[in-house]
Amino acid sequence: LDSRLPLVIFLHALTPAAARDEFQEELVIRPLHSGDIYASFQFRTLWDTDFLQEGQKVSHYRLFPKSLGQVLSKFSVRELHISFSQGFWRTMQWGQPFIPSPPGAELWVWFHDTVSDVDGNWKELTNVLSGIFCASLNFIDLTNTVQPSASFKPLGLGNATDHRFLRYATLPREIVCTENLTPWKKLLPCGSKAGLAVLMKSEKLFHSSFHSQAVHIRPICQDEQCSSKAWELRQTLNVVFDLHTSGQGKKEWSLFKMFSRTLTEACPLASSSKVYVDITDNPELFELSPATPLLGQAVVLGDRRTYSVYDLSRAETFGQLRSFNLLLRDMLRPLLHAERYVAGFGLQTGEIHTVIYNNHPYRAFPVLLMDSVPWYLQLYIHTLTVTSKSRDNKPSYIHYQPAKDRHRPHLLEMLIQLPPHSMTEVTVQFERALLKWTEYTPDPNHGFYVGSSVVSALVPSMVAMRTNFTQDQPLFSSFVPVKEESSYFVRVYTEPLLVNLPTPDFSMPYNVICLTCTVVAVGYGSFYNLLTRTFQVDEPSPPLSKRLANLIRRIRGVPLLT
Amino acid sequence: MGLLSDPSRRKVLTGLLTRLNTPICGMPVEWLVKAMQSRGLEVFTQSFSRKLPFPDENKERYMVRGTNVYGILRAPRAPRTEALVITAPCSPGNTNNQAVALLLALAQYFRNQIYWAKDIIFLVNEHDLIGTQAWLEGYHHTNITGMEYSPLQGRAGSIQAALSLELSSDVITSLDLVLEGLNGQLPNLDLANLFYAFCQKLGVLCTIQGKLQRNDWDTAEGYTHAAQTMMLMVLKQACGRSWGDHGLFLRYHIEAASVRGINSFRHYKTDATTIGRLLEGMVRKLNNLLERLHQSYFFYLLPSLSRFVSIGYYMPAFGLLAVILLLRALDLWVHLGAPALAAVDGVTEAEQPSSPGVLTVLTPVVISHLTGVALYLLPVHLQEMAVEHFPVSETEAVVLTAIAIYTAGLALPHNTQRLLSGEGTEQGWKVLKLTALLYLAVLLGCTALINFSLGFILAVTLVPITASITPHMPKALYALVMVLLSPAFTILYCVFIYQELIEAPVSVSEGWMLFLSVISQGILDHALYGSLVYPLLALFIYPCWLMFWNILFWN
Repeated sequence: LDSRLPLVIFLHALTPAAARDEFQEELVIRPLHSGDIYASFQFRTLWDTDFLQEGQKVSHYRLFPKSLGQVLSKFSVRELHISFSQGFWRTMQWGQPFIPSPPGAELWVWFHDTVSDVDGNWKELTNVLSGIFCASLNFIDLTNTVQPSASFKPLGLGNATDHRFLRYATLPREIVCTENLTPWKKLLPCGSKAGLAVLMKSEKLFHSSFHSQAVHIRPICQDEQCSSKAWELRQTLNVVFDLHTSGQGKKEWSLFKMFSRTLTEACPLASSSKVYVDITDNPELFELSPATPLLGQAVVLGDRRTYSVYDLSRAETFGQLRSFNLLLRDMLRPLLHAERYVAGFGLQTGEIHTVIYNNHPYRAFPVLLMDSVPWYLQLYIHTLTVTSKSRDNKPSYIHYQPAKDRHRPHLLEMLIQLPPHSMTEVTVQFERALLKWTEYTPDPNHGFYVGSSVVSALVPSMVAMRTNFTQDQPLFSSFVPVKEESSYFVRVYTEPLLVNLPTPDFSMPYNVICLTCTVVAVGYGSFYNLLTRTFQVDEPSPPLSKRLANLIRRIRGVPLLT
Repeated sequence: MGLLSDPSRRKVLTGLLTRLNTPICGMPVEWLVKAMQSRGLEVFTQSFSRKLPFPDENKERYMVRGTNVYGILRAPRAPRTEALVITAPCSPGNTNNQAVALLLALAQYFRNQIYWAKDIIFLVNEHDLIGTQAWLEGYHHTNITGMEYSPLQGRAGSIQAALSLELSSDVITSLDLVLEGLNGQLPNLDLANLFYAFCQKLGVLCTIQGKLQRNDWDTAEGYTHAAQTMMLMVLKQACGRSWGDHGLFLRYHIEAASVRGINSFRHYKTDATTIGRLLEGMVRKLNNLLERLHQSYFFYLLPSLSRFVSIGYYMPAFGLLAVILLLRALDLWVHLGAPALAAVDGVTEAEQPSSPGVLTVLTPVVISHLTGVALYLLPVHLQEMAVEHFPVSETEAVVLTAIAIYTAGLALPHNTQRLLSGEGTEQGWKVLKLTALLYLAVLLGCTALINFSLGFILAVTLVPITASITPHMPKALYALVMVLLSPAFTILYCVFIYQELIEAPVSVSEGWMLFLSVISQGILDHALYGSLVYPLLALFIYPCWLMFWNILFWN
């Protein structure tokens, strides 16, 4: 016994810290009404460390990726959300996604309120993240960064409300491909060697209608009493597969068909590893093979859904999933939906129209609309109109920060009440700026992008939401904290805009004209100069030594040197 | 024109047209929606209605009501920022059924491909140009022409290029490319090159202005053939109307062209698959574009599909014509300045003659422009009154009123002379001519920059006579010459030349009928699509010509 004692003490000292680190993985498959298949991966890593303690140096990493951990502590990040999407989430066809994201790259970060130079930290952080994710996040600078006052609240612990510590930026032109997926996969404890990540074969993932990958880091409570806190790293990957092009008309799918891989084992480091298949719409006509006895229910996005659950940590579940005879139910219109377009023609002015639909039959609810428009579209804010049901709808809150040319973009945030079953149209006119010739991109005739506008809302729920916090909740239903039973939080992104600016003709004739004008100007200038100048014989001034000598000679009264 | 000249028949027919317009021209909207949905497109419809200012007798329509159906093929992993449009007008009867069928077949094929980077919009529009106009105005949320339409539900970002399909029969021997758009706008030449390249690749006979290309450039026949083709293009461009559905896209900076299937009963026939492959090739090329078409020419004339005349070659011709006006104006300026120079020496009376000069100039300028305004406004607004008092149809009333006002304008010199207190001085007409010459030079210069053909045709007819006109010429002879070279007669000549060039010569009376219908079409094009040729002629060119007419009758 004596000899064992030191060991027991040692274990005791180690386990509380180590055992609380946790990793969960999850895949949700949902057949969509349009006939497409939505696959959503979520991986959650919990890092049990007291991040709020000042000056504590963290050097022990078990499951949490070290690269991200170091970034968090170096730049005093409180919360970090980054997403890369290729494609546009079609809300009208597909309903709401579990975690929404705009086309291109989006990054928003809350810094600790101890940070003095937020802009400097932000600049460095974007550059570091750019390296970690192999993305062009280094193109984020002050000209496309905004500080929204209301639309992006912290999702984790803490009640930070001072938006001076928030930075938000989007890169609508960012193209997402395999080079972004590989570093993302490396953040997982098992990599792509085991567990659900085995399915992520980039050849198939990028052969889809929509692809989105994201990383969300935030501080959360470990338990309901919030006695201990932890960092949560959530990695999500959403893909929509188009059965129309790949299925040859048949509405059947299998994991192998979608990912050209099958699952063989759970990640050994994972505490839970599950596959959910949404069978709400047609529990009888859905034939899954192999069948599972486990059925789960979850309330997600205001709707109670039923899922077949496959627990990968059990040995008997392995096999392929497939379904036949998928019957399509009539499309439920999503309650909140928004779209945006540029009206007008010509290269001088234009009008941005944002249309927000409230499809709820009898409930009105407020939404927060956030628009960040680059400075080269000069908004005429006096032309801002908000109309619902052809009547003026005055926003109850407007936060507008005008742009500064070449320094910062426009930021417009509004709280608008949407009447039930209505279409609300927000219009604002703009003038297209003429850029300096070095400011044009290498492909100026492609146009310039304006990032998506963001509509955030608490949408009235059809069923009661669960406000209590439990560990066994599926990951996909627990991302946004639910504060009240009757409504749930939704964020909708509109499509980005492509706007043509007045562009000089950068082609050969333009160059010829520029060159000829320069040559003529130089030639004429010198010729004119030559003709009008009067020439004089200039006496060369004597060198300094001679002048000094003459000065001395003058004092001495000796004849001067010539 | 003669169809509705009998008033009783006209009333019956107009009533019939008004009531039956929708059922007659009805498009199978529901069927199209289903057909597009089953092909995996997002389908939307747009209804529109438009009351024409007066009945269009060429197309037999007055109250137009219709529906556009369009399906959007969403490109995978694209953020809805760019789109291409393929449109097929669905006309009453079976005339364009082949094009709609081909459109649906293309939609089905395209849906199963994965390489799309831009969304593709398949648009089937009713009432040809009116439907296209309604759709474009809806898409861009503008209203230029007072059309009533329901707002569009689905959009796909900024449209990069558009192709319009018109297949008149199921047997196609050749494909004709139509480029001339509204106000003489042309799409980027690369679009024409693209079409030509694919026709060559697939071995399809392709024409422009309905004329095949000849290979013998050096011979006289080859040269005349090319010159005729180019002349046709000049005439079509000058009239400023949209010669196909594509023409309305150009206003929105969307490169567009119409592909028209022609059955000319040749031995060689092209099947629908080949046309489908041709379109697929073109759409894929456009899909691969990173930027809008911008690198090539926007100003060109085509003597054949494979050769073009660039702006650098044809603009000097116009420039030389315009320089005549400027030189003549300079000459007059020097002549007018000569007595003023004498005044410097100390004679104060020399300044006096120039002061009534300004006043004498102002009166004819104002009066001619008021005539122009009358010519622009009255025909459409007085049609009801004219119909009540004369046994003519609305259309005839409009055209005949226009001609009457035009002719009445010629009587003006005598009226202005009476209005003036004193009689016209030598200095007076010189000042007037100087003003008119500069005015004409500016007008023609601006017109030629926007629509070269129109500017050039006007310059050819107007410049020689206006540069040489003085009050001291034999009045009767020169009055005749001026009338024969006036804008209205230019239109008449253009009608005859055009008919001659398309190898369908007409007799004088038929030509007159065509001339009348051209005028009514011009007024309609202005009201329906915003074509600017009619206001340009009525408000600027005709008053300017009246000013020269005034000089001839200066006393």
